[in-house]
Amino acid sequence: MSGKQYPSVWQRYSAGERLVQWLWIAGAALAAAWSVSALEIEWAFFADAHEQAADLIERMWPPRWTYFPVIVRPLIETIHIATLGTMISLVFAVPIAFLAARNTTYNQITWLMGRALLVLSRSVNTVIWGLVFVAIFGPGPVAGICAVAARSVGFIAKLIAEAIEEVDHGQVEAIEATGASTLQTYSTAILPQVLPVLIGTTIYRWDINVRESSVLGFVGAGGIGLYLYASINQFAWPQVLVILLAIFVIVIFSEALSGYVRSRIT
Amino acid sequence: MTTSAIMHANQAAEWRPPTIFGTRRRRAIVWIGFALYIVWSVTSLDVDAQRILAGIPRAFDILARMFPPNFERWEILLSGMIESIQIAIAASIAGLVLSIPIGICAARNLAPKPIYLAARGLIVAGRTFHEVIIAIFFVKLFGFGPVAGLLTLAFASAIFLGKMLAEDIENMKEGPVEAVRAVGASFGQVIYYAVLPQVIVKSLGVFIYRLDANLRHSTVIGIVGAGGIGQTLSASFSRYDFDFSSAILITIALMVAVGEWFSDWVRRRLR
Repeated sequence: MSGKQYPSVWQRYSAGERLVQWLWIAGAALAAAWSVSALEIEWAFFADAHEQAADLIERMWPPRWTYFPVIVRPLIETIHIATLGTMISLVFAVPIAFLAARNTTYNQITWLMGRALLVLSRSVNTVIWGLVFVAIFGPGPVAGICAVAARSVGFIAKLIAEAIEEVDHGQVEAIEATGASTLQTYSTAILPQVLPVLIGTTIYRWDINVRESSVLGFVGAGGIGLYLYASINQFAWPQVLVILLAIFVIVIFSEALSGYVRSRIT
Repeated sequence: MTTSAIMHANQAAEWRPPTIFGTRRRRAIVWIGFALYIVWSVTSLDVDAQRILAGIPRAFDILARMFPPNFERWEILLSGMIESIQIAIAASIAGLVLSIPIGICAARNLAPKPIYLAARGLIVAGRTFHEVIIAIFFVKLFGFGPVAGLLTLAFASAIFLGKMLAEDIENMKEGPVEAVRAVGASFGQVIYYAVLPQVIVKSLGVFIYRLDANLRHSTVIGIVGAGGIGQTLSASFSRYDFDFSSAILITIALMVAVGEWFSDWVRRRLR
């Protein structure tokens, strides 16, 4: 009957478990401490940050609504950049997805090529793509469209490739048994199966792209960002507030639209 | 048996795949509307075709100058990279700490209605603006440098993690909460003994994902002067230092790929 001596106070974890937990927390704290200390933070700036913020808000108010007509065109341009960029990326994403899916790729080398394209596209941020394309095409919406397309290709193609790898193989075999060519098999057996993913992903990416294209103007790639950046640099805070409100509205609108369409599809 | 097969074949001739639009007429209207929108957007962009054509040889020129990538100034590259990583780690941990109150306040089943609405409002407002826009305000408040980047990503991470945490808390089982409450536990004890065990594994997964996302974002906020490798990259572009730019781009791509692989690996192990 002796057995284990039960403690009088219940505790959720044993001493060993708690030690491991504390070690994890200590590790995270050390990582945070290393990161923060190396950044050489000027803590004095924090002392008056709330006053600065209050001052900024005070200078923004009231919003200068007379500025609104100026930004209508760039706002529309922002949405256009997102839409056209997404459309162009879709054209490239479908073939790349077939290359990057194990069951439809030609051989090991084409699969690696497809995967490399995915990684390249996804690992560079839209704004950095913007820098690259502004250097090539000069400032303007074309650079923005290319930037949005370059970043979205990887995103859309990756999700389509995953869907292609999970298609029902029976349909593929059935089409192949009729003597269809490879392209015919892909278009009649695989494409209809991944179509919901394809459309859903594209619309989802479009809504992300509206948000992304709102800042592309910071690097000169068109859209509302250019006006926001200029207004901030001119300390025209009431204009900044109008632009921020406008961006807020179009981002919320695109999110709601994309959510509605996707809920209809699935 | 055979007759039914023939009937099926006859039906197949008339059968058309169902559309998501309900009727085919509505489908036609949607597609025509979409086509008109594309035409409008292309024509309203006032694209200067000559400039694009002039850009094509320039593109080859730039690509030629990007190659081979120049790793000679690897010290600047490395210090920028380490700064980006530090910003990402510090911002993720700060965001995690801040996300706990946000997540609890934004969970409908834990917080009272006014607090819930306020927290949800904060989440919607915070998610709408791109990190670069938030960064530019922190740069105005704290000056150029990594502090602005750190605060930007900490803010964005707190909002993101808080939203995920709130959704997790709303989907948890009510039983443990009721049981712990029934023994007279305080609010803090309820959180620690009933809520935390139910959400911790998924939250850790989301945290690791966010660490990876922050690593990616930390490469871009430097464009508005908020520190990290983005600042170095932006400077190299404006100095037409394209072979150094390509070296930075390759390093960023490698780092992001490694970060993504690491995050996938950790999340698979957590599952």
